[in-house]
Amino acid sequence: MSVAVSELRRTPLCDVHCSLNAKLVEFGGWHMPVQYAGILQEHNAVRTAVGIFDVSHMGEIEIRGPEAGALVDYVSTNHAAKLKVGQAHYSALLYEHGGFVDDILVHKISDDHFFICVNASNQWKDFEHIAEIRSQRNMKAEVEFTSERYAQLAIQGPKALPVVQRLTETDLSAIKYYWFTDGTVAGFPARIAHTGYTGEDGFEIYIAPDAAQPVWNVILDTGKEFGIQPCGLGARNTLRLEAKMALYGHEITATTNPYEADLAWIVKMEKGPFVGRRALEKAREEGVTRKLVGFEMKGRGIGRDGYEVWIDGTPAGWVTSGGPSPTLNKNIGLCYLPVEKAVPGVEIQVIIRNSPVDAVTVATPFYKRAKA
Amino acid sequence: MSYPETYKYTKEHEWVHVADGEGTIGITDHAQHELGDIVFVDLPKIGSTVTKGQTFGSVESVKAVSDIYSPISGEVAAINELLGKSPEKLNEDPHGDAWLIKVKLAAPDEINELMSAPDYQKYIGAE
Repeated sequence: MSVAVSELRRTPLCDVHCSLNAKLVEFGGWHMPVQYAGILQEHNAVRTAVGIFDVSHMGEIEIRGPEAGALVDYVSTNHAAKLKVGQAHYSALLYEHGGFVDDILVHKISDDHFFICVNASNQWKDFEHIAEIRSQRNMKAEVEFTSERYAQLAIQGPKALPVVQRLTETDLSAIKYYWFTDGTVAGFPARIAHTGYTGEDGFEIYIAPDAAQPVWNVILDTGKEFGIQPCGLGARNTLRLEAKMALYGHEITATTNPYEADLAWIVKMEKGPFVGRRALEKAREEGVTRKLVGFEMKGRGIGRDGYEVWIDGTPAGWVTSGGPSPTLNKNIGLCYLPVEKAVPGVEIQVIIRNSPVDAVTVATPFYKRAKA
Repeated sequence: MSYPETYKYTKEHEWVHVADGEGTIGITDHAQHELGDIVFVDLPKIGSTVTKGQTFGSVESVKAVSDIYSPISGEVAAINELLGKSPEKLNEDPHGDAWLIKVKLAAPDEINELMSAPDYQKYIGAE
């Protein structure tokens, strides 16, 4: 199954973004807000108060049936059988050669129903990948592409809980981190997940597309006294970078594996066979040659995605994501380096417009929120 | 923000103001707005030469880096030190305090090839 995309897709909130004077850009085939008031202001709102993001472009794939759990475990790296009903985890879909198809969030709704949130630009590819494997193995599970049924809002920041709590009967403080529950928000049925992509506390809620505008408006209204700020993809990127969360197409691609991407923690070899396992076993046996590591600029300049990294006058790797860190007031980034150099404290040079600029590798995440 | 009538403008969204054989160069309000929060400005050294249509530096916002093209040719006589410490001034006063460099003009006639304020505003309206 495939769909030709001849024009940009719009989320149900596109008109709302325009009325809020958002700057809209093309992102992965979607017409999306990159910023409203400004990336710095939005970033700081999430770190100190609360921000709301329209992430309706994200895709949803659902797997149902007696072998739903077995299929999820076969197509992904984390151990889905260990999930309890109402629990979610971060995982990855891999190719046989060990490279990433995508990174995903798996939610266990019941023993025979899993709800997977995937990247916007990968959603059809992911669906076809999973459906193909199901069919090859003839597993008793149904793979369904359900993106059109959901809008998704992310409410993130230390004040996310009090804002959303005013709009739901569900006791949000009872939802542990990376757990979720079905309830209502502002009177509309909602899947409320205690997850996020900002390094801050917060919730991601899945609602019907028709509910997106009223729910967005009520949350903005309710959040006013907490300093809520609508946030775009620009702040989403600076926030996730500070928290060292991977972005598909940057840190993780079809030609990088989870060990290289410093994501060994989502690979559960003990669970048995899964797609990509043999390649990962080999990688583990032989050892990977390159690895992701954080860096801070020391010289004047900002290392951006794709820039070369040199060590001792020799090309050594490349920047996968880079930019200013509004929270730390430093210029930070992530890069791939030879594995022996991918440790904190190594002097590197980022090639910025043909000039080497000094930087140093550092421990990550760059930012970690204080536990409440 | 108004576009001073005494300035000349480029299609790459720089402005230049010529007085006494010296041109002051900056980026336009439209440019700063498109870039968003500016966090870093990279400028040439005093005494170096800039060439019309060639890049002489860059402006970085939170989300992206953008090259700056010189509207005129000449020798750099001054750079705006203010932007080293406070690059955000470029968002606040792009046509005034947040100028980028001053250039001793090598070919004063070059200025005639640039857009007037009304033409530039028409240009960004249509862009």
